[in-house]
Amino acid sequence: MESISFTVNGKPVSLNTDGERMLLWVLRTDLGLTGAKFGCGLGLCGACTVLVDKKAVRSCATPMKAVAGKEVVTIEGLARNGRLHSLQEAFANHDGLQCGFCTPGMIMSAYGLLLDNPQPTREEIVAQMDGNLCRCGAHTRILQAIEEAAKTMKGAKR
Amino acid sequence: MKVRDYENPDLHDPGAPDALDRREFLQRLGGGIIIFFAVGDAAESLAGQARGGGRGYPTDFNAYLRIGDDGRVSLFTGKIEMGQGPITSLAQMLADELDVSPESVDMVMGDTDRCPWDMGTFGSMTTRFFGPPLRAAGAEARRVLLELASESLKAPVERLTVSNGVVSDKEQKKNTVTYAQLAKGKTIERHVTEKPPLKRPAEFKVIGKPYTRSDAAEKVTGKALYSGDVRAEGMLYAKILRPPAHGAKLTGADTSEAEKAEGAQVVRDGDLIAVLHKHPDEAEKALAKVKAQWDVPEAKVDDKTIFDYLLKNARGGNPVRSGGDLKTGETEAKTIVEETYLNSYVAHSPMETHTALARMDGDKATVWASTQTPFPLKDQVARALNFPPEKVRVITPFVGGGFGGKSPGQQAVEAARLAKLTGKPVQVMWTREEEFFYDSFRPAAVVKIKSGFTASGEIVLWDYNVYFAGSRGAEHFYKIPNHRTVATGEWSGGGGGPHPFATGAWRAPANNTNTFARECQMDIMAVKAGMDPVEFRLKNLSDERMIGVLKAAAEKFGWKPIKGPSGRGLGVSCGIDSGTYVAHIAEVAVNENTGKVQVKRVVCAQDMGLVINPEGAEIQVEGCITMGLGYALTEEIHFKGGEVLDKDFGTYAIPRFSWLPKIETVFIKADDSPAQGGGEPAIICMGALIANAVFDATGVRLYQLPMTPERIKEGLARRTGRPAAA
Repeated sequence: MESISFTVNGKPVSLNTDGERMLLWVLRTDLGLTGAKFGCGLGLCGACTVLVDKKAVRSCATPMKAVAGKEVVTIEGLARNGRLHSLQEAFANHDGLQCGFCTPGMIMSAYGLLLDNPQPTREEIVAQMDGNLCRCGAHTRILQAIEEAAKTMKGAKR
Repeated sequence: MKVRDYENPDLHDPGAPDALDRREFLQRLGGGIIIFFAVGDAAESLAGQARGGGRGYPTDFNAYLRIGDDGRVSLFTGKIEMGQGPITSLAQMLADELDVSPESVDMVMGDTDRCPWDMGTFGSMTTRFFGPPLRAAGAEARRVLLELASESLKAPVERLTVSNGVVSDKEQKKNTVTYAQLAKGKTIERHVTEKPPLKRPAEFKVIGKPYTRSDAAEKVTGKALYSGDVRAEGMLYAKILRPPAHGAKLTGADTSEAEKAEGAQVVRDGDLIAVLHKHPDEAEKALAKVKAQWDVPEAKVDDKTIFDYLLKNARGGNPVRSGGDLKTGETEAKTIVEETYLNSYVAHSPMETHTALARMDGDKATVWASTQTPFPLKDQVARALNFPPEKVRVITPFVGGGFGGKSPGQQAVEAARLAKLTGKPVQVMWTREEEFFYDSFRPAAVVKIKSGFTASGEIVLWDYNVYFAGSRGAEHFYKIPNHRTVATGEWSGGGGGPHPFATGAWRAPANNTNTFARECQMDIMAVKAGMDPVEFRLKNLSDERMIGVLKAAAEKFGWKPIKGPSGRGLGVSCGIDSGTYVAHIAEVAVNENTGKVQVKRVVCAQDMGLVINPEGAEIQVEGCITMGLGYALTEEIHFKGGEVLDKDFGTYAIPRFSWLPKIETVFIKADDSPAQGGGEPAIICMGALIANAVFDATGVRLYQLPMTPERIKEGLARRTGRPAAA
């Protein structure tokens, strides 16, 4: 057991826990943030994706000791003051979801990409998202949503 | 849509009814108008439910909707939302009949204490069979409200008009009353004596208009709750000891080390050995400390030998349809084609694994479960706990994908047993490995076809035998004078079958296999006849709806007739499922070095009768096409006897973004035809569509799904000639 401090969605958190535990389970059980989903536990599906220091990571394969002192952003932290983030709006407007289970991970992966590369090409979006699995087949709309969000976010910056 | 609170279901529940009589049910629902109706016109639905061994929709009366004194409309349905979209389309149907906005409809889905009995959500039956009685309920509610408004406004019903739940007098526009005002504090109980007619297509304001998903706001914010997200005071997470193979017997288990793990509780009840902990990851770590010995039966069959094994174990074919005389057909045919088609076991692989939370409250059990069949599950849990069914409540939060795989509810039974044994709320969330192990796979299957055609390209012989896929979609729809279709074995494994593990319904069960075989056979005949594959089909079709979709797909694609293989990489396939007609045309590229197939473009034309939500229908078509790439190209379960060798997405490859073709969808306008199924039909063509396109690209014909790079390369190695470049 060790004391691990980090921030989640801007709020400081300090936990006494085993540093080998994976971030996903701490989020879902200790912190009650159930937006990040368990899909495989091996980092092969992307349903658990969150940001750690602005990089999209698989929280099911990220040990707590790697999170110490860092900023974690989950799907719950994306909307600000009740206003949806451009990505969230675009996913909703384009029906970029069906069962919705992969959706938080999809949005967080896309968010990681856009923070790093605000104007990605279609190929760059596909390359980033290829590790995120969706079984319903919402892929076509997800790509459209990410492209639209990239445009909106670029416009907002001007 | 309001965000629902699954954590505290009692918040919404005016008194968790047990065995309700009708009066009690009304009292508990409290304020608001409740409309009861008989479901007599859902005869087909009842027949369907009876076929499934179910009880049928209640024949006396049922509440399907409630208009609250806040003006919001609650829609109660035993159907569940797993991505296929009834949360939006059912609300549209009710809203249109009631003349309210779909945004004012709150969906209550899959809660066995609050919703009318339903067999389950499968078979693309929601719109077809639940839709009509729901619309009838809405129409009648509107009628009752108009009568009440007539008294309130002192104006005859004929003079009243409704918009967004506000009734107004056409002659005195300011003379208005809302549904909310009318409903306030009143409960009206009535039978339907004379049913008001349903709206005609010309009167629709909501039906037929595209609506994006009403659950999107919940799902993009992470607020949408799935079974694994429901929390209960003092709950524990359980991890269960699993056998290494189906059929394995536990001969010994030492749990002492697991018991020493801090905070872990080991439960043993017969063969059920579970470790419970307040953290799921700690439970999993402790479970790994259990030392178990298993007696594993010798493997009799694997994924290579399965097809011979199935044929050896085939018993008692079920005649599906026949006509004419096969001997006559053989005599009349100039060319006879005899082929065998194979497909492997395929997993459902929903992104959400089977999950449930069970909580005991005195002598009652409440189970939150990812299930397609809440009502049958309620009975299953009751049997497992030895409880009367009325003491079990199943609540279905959002389901993270089902595709037929979440009809079995083993995980809910496990959670309920553990909750009863420990007295604490218990969550069971399967690992991905457990999900693959216990999945009810789409069965491996064999289809044998002998068919023949005349010198002018008319099919005169069709002798069709399908083994173990099932009969759905086995029946051909071409004009063939001499034909026989026989189905041996159904997709439901159900014990005693030759499969080494469970099999079950997989999105459009049986039809994927049958359409693959039939439409490949059509293509092979077209090639041998020296005809274009679209023209060959049209020549042998008389069904106007099928001709309609095929022509529509060809037109949208820009099809130019040519005899195959043309080198263009184009394929065609068509079929019927759940009352819906589909025709697909695709373009593929085959990398002859790697054997990889890239599907570049798919056009789908679909005739599904009245389209309730064109947006929802379109995303279902896209979903079908995208998901169908998997069983066509990569998905097959590897196994050795009862041991399932695929345990994760590392070896079991499902479609990814990089596989994505351009998808174009055309709906045939058929507003006057009843609405048909939409969640499954467009997936049935994918096997033959790609197989035919691969043949057109390379001249290599594959008879087995999936068409993995290895199989493509094997085919290329056997190839004698190659098609001319387009």
